[in-house]
Amino acid sequence: MGKTFAEKVLGRAAGKSVSAGDVVTIQPDFCMCHENAASVYKTFQEIGTKKIWDSSRIVIILDHTVPASTEAYANIHRIIRKLAVEQGIEHFYDLNHCGGICHQIMCQEGYAAPGLVIIGTDSHTCTQGAMGAFATGIGRSEMAAVWATGQIWLKVPESMKIILKGSFQPGVCAKDLILKIIGDVKSDGADYMSIEFHGDCIEGMSISERMTLCNMAVEMGAKNAVCRPDERVDISLQGRAKSSNYQKIWADSDAQYAAELFYSLDEIEPAVSKPHRVDNYAKASQLAGTKIDQAFIGTCTNARIEDLRIAADILKGHRVAVRTIVNPASYKVYRQAVEEGIVQTLLDAGCTINHPGCGPCIGVSGGVLGDDEVCISTGNRNFRGRMGSRNSFIYLGSPMTVAYSALCGEIRDPREVFVG
Amino acid sequence: MIISGRVWKYGDDVNTDVIYPGRYTYTLITEQEMGNHALEDLDPIFNREGGKGDIIVAGKNWGCGSAREQAVKCLKARGIGAIIAKGFSRIYYRNCLNEGLPTVVCPEVVDCIVNGEEVSIDFGSSVIRTSKGEFPFTPYPDYVRGLIENGGLLPYVKKMLREQGKLET
Repeated sequence: MGKTFAEKVLGRAAGKSVSAGDVVTIQPDFCMCHENAASVYKTFQEIGTKKIWDSSRIVIILDHTVPASTEAYANIHRIIRKLAVEQGIEHFYDLNHCGGICHQIMCQEGYAAPGLVIIGTDSHTCTQGAMGAFATGIGRSEMAAVWATGQIWLKVPESMKIILKGSFQPGVCAKDLILKIIGDVKSDGADYMSIEFHGDCIEGMSISERMTLCNMAVEMGAKNAVCRPDERVDISLQGRAKSSNYQKIWADSDAQYAAELFYSLDEIEPAVSKPHRVDNYAKASQLAGTKIDQAFIGTCTNARIEDLRIAADILKGHRVAVRTIVNPASYKVYRQAVEEGIVQTLLDAGCTINHPGCGPCIGVSGGVLGDDEVCISTGNRNFRGRMGSRNSFIYLGSPMTVAYSALCGEIRDPREVFVG
Repeated sequence: MIISGRVWKYGDDVNTDVIYPGRYTYTLITEQEMGNHALEDLDPIFNREGGKGDIIVAGKNWGCGSAREQAVKCLKARGIGAIIAKGFSRIYYRNCLNEGLPTVVCPEVVDCIVNGEEVSIDFGSSVIRTSKGEFPFTPYPDYVRGLIENGGLLPYVKKMLREQGKLET
C-alpha cells in the first residue's frame, strides 16, 4: 500500500517506515520562534540546560510586536537580542531591512523546503507546507524541550486529500477557496490531520497562493498542510535554500486517506467569513451593505507582493471610504511595493502603510479595534476580541474583497470591479 | 489518581483567544497573572469565581486557534483539576499534556453533565462519575501517562537529561 506525504516525510525523519497512528521521535530540521522566543528561553534555562542543542537550526523572527509599542514589548525584544548573542543564533531576524512576518521569512528566505520537518511556536507554521515542507505548530514549553534535547515526538497523522480542478473566475482567488473549504469542513473537520492539496491547478498557482491555502489549514484543525513541490519551488529556493537536507517528497498515488474532497475552482465565489468563527462562511454578495469602520490588508495569510498588487489595482485612482491599513509581509515585499509604485498608489488612495509585521491581527499594535467597530481583514482569524475590543466584529476576505469594500465603506463583492 | 470538582460547562469550538486573550500574550507575566486573565473574554463569572479543584466540561474542539500555551497555563494557575471535552484541538491537547493538565475525551458524558454539578474522574479505572451515572473513557497511552504522572514535559525532560548525565543532579 502506498504512503501519504506525512507518512513518507516523518518516516524519512525517523529513519524507518511508518504509518498513520505511529508515534515517532525525530530531530526537526528547523525550529522557528517569534517574540515567544523570550519565554522559550526562560523555560529552557529553567530546565537547567546551558547551550541549545544546535543553534544553526533555530530561527527567530521578531514580527508580532514590532516596532515595540510598549516598554514590556521592548524588554521582550531586548531579552531575545541577548539570547541570540549568547547562543550564537545566526538565523535571527530583528526589526530591520531583512525581516518581516515569520512564515513569510521562512518561505522567502529558503528555510521551508521540500521534505523538511519544521516546527514553530505559532499555529500558522503550517503555511510553510506551500514549499513542500512538513511544518506544524507547537507550544512554548515544548519548544524549550526541543532546544534542550534536539528531539520531538510526533504522531503520524491521518491525511485528508483535497483535489482541486479548473481555474478561478475574475475577482476570485485562493483566499476565497480556502474560506469555502473551511466553511464546508468546519473548524474541527480536519483535526489532527495532514492536508494534501492535489490537482494540476496547484502547478498554476503561485507560491503566494499556496501559502494562503496552507496557512488556513489550522482553522480546520489540521496538523499541517502541503502542496506538491514543483519547479516553482525549485526556482524559489535557487541560491537560497538554508538546508541541504531537502528532497522532493510527495504522496503515492495509492495512499490511504481518511477523507477526500473535490473542488472546482470555477465554482468558487468571493467569500467572507463572518464573526466570530472562521467557518462562518458567506458569499461576499450576501453581505453587501454591511458597513465597515476599518479595512486591513496584512498578516501571514495575505500581505505578499501579489496581494498588494491586487489591492493597488482595485484602489488605483480612487479614495478609500474608511481607514485602511496595510502591513506588507516583509521588508523585501515592502521594498518591491515601493519599486513597483504600489505604495504610491495605496498612499494616493488614502491607505495607511504600516511597517511589516502582524500586530493588528492579534490586537497588539497598529490597528486595534474599539467597541462596536467592524473590520474587514485579509487575515486568518475573526475570533471575538482578537483585534481589540471584545465588542468589535471581524470579517475575513480576500485582498480583492477587502480593497473593494474599503472603497465602498461596506462589504461588497469584488466581481463588480471586473464586470464590463 | 481521582480528580473531583465543580463543573464549569461550555459549548463547542471555544478558541484560545477567549480562553487567554492575545493582548497579554507577548509579555512575560507570571503564572498567577495569567490565571487572573483566564476566560476573560468568554465567561466573566468564571474569571471572578472559577478556581481550585474545579473541572471544565466542554463540547467539541476546545482550544482551537493559537499555539499559545498560556491558554492552558492560565487554567492550571487557577487550579483547574482537569478538562473533560467531546474533543480538543491538536495543539491545545498537546499543550495540556506537556503542562501536565489532565484531559479526558468523552463525548458521551458531556451532554449529561450540568453546569455547577460535582463530578469525579477516576483515572485508575477510567470512569467519570456524575449525577447521571458512570461513564467510561479511553485511558491515556503509556507514554502520555508518563508525562502526566511526572507533572508534565519539563520535569520529564529534566529527568531524562539527568539520566543521560547531561544535567547536574
